[in-house]
Amino acid sequence: MAKSSRKVPGLNASSMADVSFLLLTFFLLVSNMDVDSGLARRLPPPTTDQTSVDVQRRNLFVVLVNAQNETMAANQQSTEWYANEAELRGEAGGKVALKDKVKEFILNTSNSPELPELEEQDFGAPIGVVPVTAAHVVSIQNDATTSYKAYIAVQNEVVRAYNELREEGARKYFNTSYGELTEEQQKQIQDLYPQRISEAEPKNYGGQ
Amino acid sequence: MGKFNKSGKREMPEMNTASMPDIVFAILFFFMVTTTMRSETLMVSMKIPTASEVQKLEKKSLVTYINIGPPTDTRLGTGTQMQLNDRFAQVTEIQDYIAQEKASMNEADQPLMTVSIKADEDTRMQYITDVKQALRQAYALKISYSARAGEN
Repeated sequence: MAKSSRKVPGLNASSMADVSFLLLTFFLLVSNMDVDSGLARRLPPPTTDQTSVDVQRRNLFVVLVNAQNETMAANQQSTEWYANEAELRGEAGGKVALKDKVKEFILNTSNSPELPELEEQDFGAPIGVVPVTAAHVVSIQNDATTSYKAYIAVQNEVVRAYNELREEGARKYFNTSYGELTEEQQKQIQDLYPQRISEAEPKNYGGQ
Repeated sequence: MGKFNKSGKREMPEMNTASMPDIVFAILFFFMVTTTMRSETLMVSMKIPTASEVQKLEKKSLVTYINIGPPTDTRLGTGTQMQLNDRFAQVTEIQDYIAQEKASMNEADQPLMTVSIKADEDTRMQYITDVKQALRQAYALKISYSARAGEN
């Protein structure tokens, strides 16, 4: 066999850059980067007959958003009015922020008869048997002409209250932040502070 | 002063661009992995509200979108419209739409289906509530109020 000493001609790869640039521009144009995010909720299944569930007055925390986008937060203990979002977050007007009121309502550390009843429940190690307000309900009600923005702002504050409680629970029982927990541990904390938010049907009070 | 003669036969050395395709391909793969295809053109304009406690919707294939807002085409007025897939729709059509989306899904994924409501922040709650009631009737119970992350 003759030993080949011929040189293989080199492939001209200078147009490769052009081709890959074309591909790159194509993908840049047809794709979008933002991942959708939002406040997750679970709707109640449809019912054929309107059965009303009796909730004890002390277990109910009513958050009303009216047509002027003002918020009223009321439980058996107290009632608070918030005229705008800054007041809602406790940054203006010198009022207790909505999330702090919700937290106080959910925890009922003082075992007040005007806040939800406490019930001993076992959540497994390391939480053990602790009293929780298992029957509390945060009911968000809105008017037909409430703006979506105000509604989301109120929802956000309520979710923030739950998230802060879970964070505090994780710090207390697992000595770490909620995001660092394993899935089972997160489940335990979620069982400890379940999101019990009810979204009522709108009432056409300030209607046209 | 021939030392500084500029009329010499020196040539500018050519830059080696052999690694340029590699770099561009690296960028290309980055974009292919991090992005998702734009599925539909929006016919309603919306300014999504901001919220601080948002969660990310992880699995794209499980998410169905409902877009609500004033039409981009101003000739169609400024009233709130809803877009399902690539056309305007009425609230009564939601049930069919959800059933159709559910049918196109893997059977194991159907209970995990999430509906993302992307609504303009000036929408009246009446409209959102109607949509929510329709979703309840269609047994699409996992919903998400789309919101941008950030301090509101």
